[in-house]
Amino acid sequence: MEITSNEFFKTRRLVLKGAGVAALIGLGVVPFEVPQALAAANDKYPEEAFKQKTEAEAIKALYGKTAEPSDKIKLDAPEIAENGAVVPISATTTLADVSSISFLVSENPISLVASYKIPAGTLPSVANRIKMAKTSNVTVLVEAGGKLYSAVKEIKVTVGGCGG
Amino acid sequence: MIIRRRDFLKASAAATLTAGLPRLARGVDTASVYDLERFGNARILHITDTHAQLKPVFFREPSVNIGVGSMAGQPPHLVGKAFLDRFGIRPDSADAYAFSCVEFEKAAARFGRLGGFAHLKTLVEKLRADVGERRTLLLDGGDLWQGTGFANAMKGADMVEAANLLGIEAMTGHWEFTYGEQVLRDNLARFKGEFLAQNVFLTEEAAFNDAKAFDPASGRVFKPSIIKEIGGHRVAIIGQAFPYVPIAHPKRFTPDWKFGIRDEELQKLVDGHRNNDKVEAVILLSHNGMDVDLKLAGRVTGIDVILGGHTHDAIPLPITVTNAGGVTLVTNAGSNGKFIGVLDLDLAKGKVANVRYRLLPVFAELLKPDPAMQALIDKMRQPYVDDWDDKLAAADRLLYRRGNFSGTVDQLICDALLNELEAEITLSPGFRWGLTTLAGQPLTMEDVLSETAITYPETYVATMTGHQIKDVLEDVCDNLFNVDPYYQQGGDMVRVGGLAYTCTPAETVGKRISELKLANGKHLEAGKSYKVAGWASVNQQSGAPVWDVVAKHLRAGRPPNRDAPGVTLKGVDDNPGITKLG
Repeated sequence: MEITSNEFFKTRRLVLKGAGVAALIGLGVVPFEVPQALAAANDKYPEEAFKQKTEAEAIKALYGKTAEPSDKIKLDAPEIAENGAVVPISATTTLADVSSISFLVSENPISLVASYKIPAGTLPSVANRIKMAKTSNVTVLVEAGGKLYSAVKEIKVTVGGCGG
Repeated sequence: MIIRRRDFLKASAAATLTAGLPRLARGVDTASVYDLERFGNARILHITDTHAQLKPVFFREPSVNIGVGSMAGQPPHLVGKAFLDRFGIRPDSADAYAFSCVEFEKAAARFGRLGGFAHLKTLVEKLRADVGERRTLLLDGGDLWQGTGFANAMKGADMVEAANLLGIEAMTGHWEFTYGEQVLRDNLARFKGEFLAQNVFLTEEAAFNDAKAFDPASGRVFKPSIIKEIGGHRVAIIGQAFPYVPIAHPKRFTPDWKFGIRDEELQKLVDGHRNNDKVEAVILLSHNGMDVDLKLAGRVTGIDVILGGHTHDAIPLPITVTNAGGVTLVTNAGSNGKFIGVLDLDLAKGKVANVRYRLLPVFAELLKPDPAMQALIDKMRQPYVDDWDDKLAAADRLLYRRGNFSGTVDQLICDALLNELEAEITLSPGFRWGLTTLAGQPLTMEDVLSETAITYPETYVATMTGHQIKDVLEDVCDNLFNVDPYYQQGGDMVRVGGLAYTCTPAETVGKRISELKLANGKHLEAGKSYKVAGWASVNQQSGAPVWDVVAKHLRAGRPPNRDAPGVTLKGVDDNPGITKLG
C-alpha cells in the first residue's frame, strides 16, 4: 500500500482503539482505563443500566424517559451479519445539542451494549463493533437537547450456507 | 429515460420463436431468429451465471419459485403457464421450452440443448457484427468460474481462457471468491477484462495490516466501475458482487474482505459518474439476485439499467421500477449459458433516450459452434475427460435440481448420503446450479460433478438434536422467504432426506417449519439426538468429497428411491409461483 500521510494511520489507530473500548464495555468487562476515560467525560459508569435484561428497562435505567423515532439519526449496519460476534455498527446524527449516544440489542441477554457521552462541540458520530447472540432489532438512542430519539434496524444472524 | 410501451411489445414479439423452427433451421450458420431489428446506437450483451458450462446443456426451469409478501405473483416468482401468460409466450413454442418447465421432457427432445461457449461465441460475434465496431460491450455477471468438475479441477483457469476468447470486457463475482484470494488474483491477472465490485471492502484488521486493495483510502478491494465508450457515447458500468459471500460460503475463503449490499456507497458512485464524469448511461452489473435488485432499484437513483443475475431467473422483459430520480429497468438473464441478454440503447446527449431489451435463448442446434472456441474447450477438457466419462448408471427418470424445496437429483444425492454414510437424516444444499439429465441418459462422473463441484465438497456425519435440525431449516427458509429481499441470500431451501416436514412460506422465521417426521413416521423430538449426514458445510469438514459418495452409490446399482420428497406446503394454493405442470 502506498500512503504518504502519517495522519491516515494515526486516525485509523484511534478509531480502532475506540472500537475496542466500546466492545469491552459491551461485554461487561471493564478495563482499567475505562472508568478514567468516562470520568474525564464527567460522568460515572451506568452500572444499573448495564444490568437490565430488556430494552425498555435499560432505557428507563439509563435515561428515565421514552424515545421517539427520528429520521435525523443515520444507523449504518449490515442487514445480515457476517459474524455475529463482531457486528460493525455506526450512528451519526444531524440532531443538535447531542449529549449521548447508546446502542441496544433487544434479543441479547443484557440489552444495553454501549453508551457514549458526547461532550459539547464533539461530532455526534460513533462506530463500534457489537456482539449479537441471534437475529435481533438493534436500537440506537440519541439524547439531544434533553430529549431522547431513536432509530432501529433488524440485523440477521444466520448459520449460513446454501448460497445459489 | 422515456420507455415506450410499444417497444417492449415489439421486443416481446421478436423474442417469440415459431414452434418447430429450430429443427427446420438446423445446419445454418445463424438462424434468422437471431436477426434483430436495428435499434439505438449502443449494444450491451449480458451473460450471467453460466456456471462454467462450456458445452450445451439441458436445464429445466423451476416448477416451484414462490414469492411472498409484495413479491407474491410478481416476476420472477411465476412458473409454468402463469409465467408464459405473463410474458405472452405461446405454449408449445421453443421459447416456452427455454423459459419455463412446461412439458420439459417432450420439448427437450424436440428443441435440444441450449448454450455452450462455442455456440455462444458464434452468437456474440453475430450480435457484435450486426451493429458494427466499437458499438458493443460484453458483460458477465459472475458465477462464470464454477459449476463443472473441469472448472473445479482447474480452479476457474479454464473459464478465464474461455472468457478471454469470448471477449468478456467486464465481470463481477460470487463463486469466483470460493477459490480464495490467491487463486482469484492469479486468475484475474490473466483475465483481459475488468473485475468490478463496488461492495467489497477490507476488514478493519486487514486494512490495519495494509492488505492489498484497489483503493487503500476507502479500503475498496476491487475497482468499483469503469467508463466505456460505446458508439461514441460514455457509459458507466458498476460491478456489484454477491453481497453475502462470507455468510453463504466458508468465511475462510475470504477472511480479509467484507461484503454487503451497500446502497449508499453505490449511490455515491452513481452520482459521481453522473455529475463529474458526465456519462450518458449508468449500468449496474449485479449479482444481487432479482428481488434484491428490484428493491435496490427503488432506493438508489440514477441507474438506467440493472443487468442482474444470481437467482437464475430467466425473465424475457425488463421490470420497470420507479424511484425518486426516475425509472430503473431491472433484468435477470437466466443461467448455465442458456441465454444472452441484448440491451440496445439509444443514447443522446447526456441521457438514455430509449432502450430495447431481449433475452435470447441460445439454441445450440441453431448455431454453428465457433471452431476456435470449440478447439479450446476440447483442449481444456482433454486431461480429465478419460477419467470422468465412464457410465456410472443411467438416469432412472428426469433428474433436475432447480426448485424451491427439492429436485430429483438432490433426492438421489440424499439417498446416496443416507446409504453410504448410514445416517438417519441428510441435508443437502439448495444450490440453483446443477444440470438436468433426461430419463435414460447415461450418468457419468462428469455429470455427478456438474451437480457437486465446489471447493468445500467434504461430507460430514454429525449428531444433531431435533431442535438444532429445525433451527437449520428455519434459518435457511428465512433466507428464501423473508419478506424483505435485503434479508434473503438467494439459493433454494436445503434439501432433506429421511425427514418430512410442512412449510408455511408466508410465516415468519421460527414459525415456517412444522410437523417434522422421520422416515419411519415418528415425530422428530426436539431434545433427542439424530445422526445427520451432509455436505457443503460452512464449517471445515473432513469426510470424503460428496461426488465420490454419490458415484459409489450409483455404481452399487441400488434400486432407485421413487418416494416423493416429504415437503408439504401450506398457504400457497393460489400462488402462481408453484405448478404441478412438467
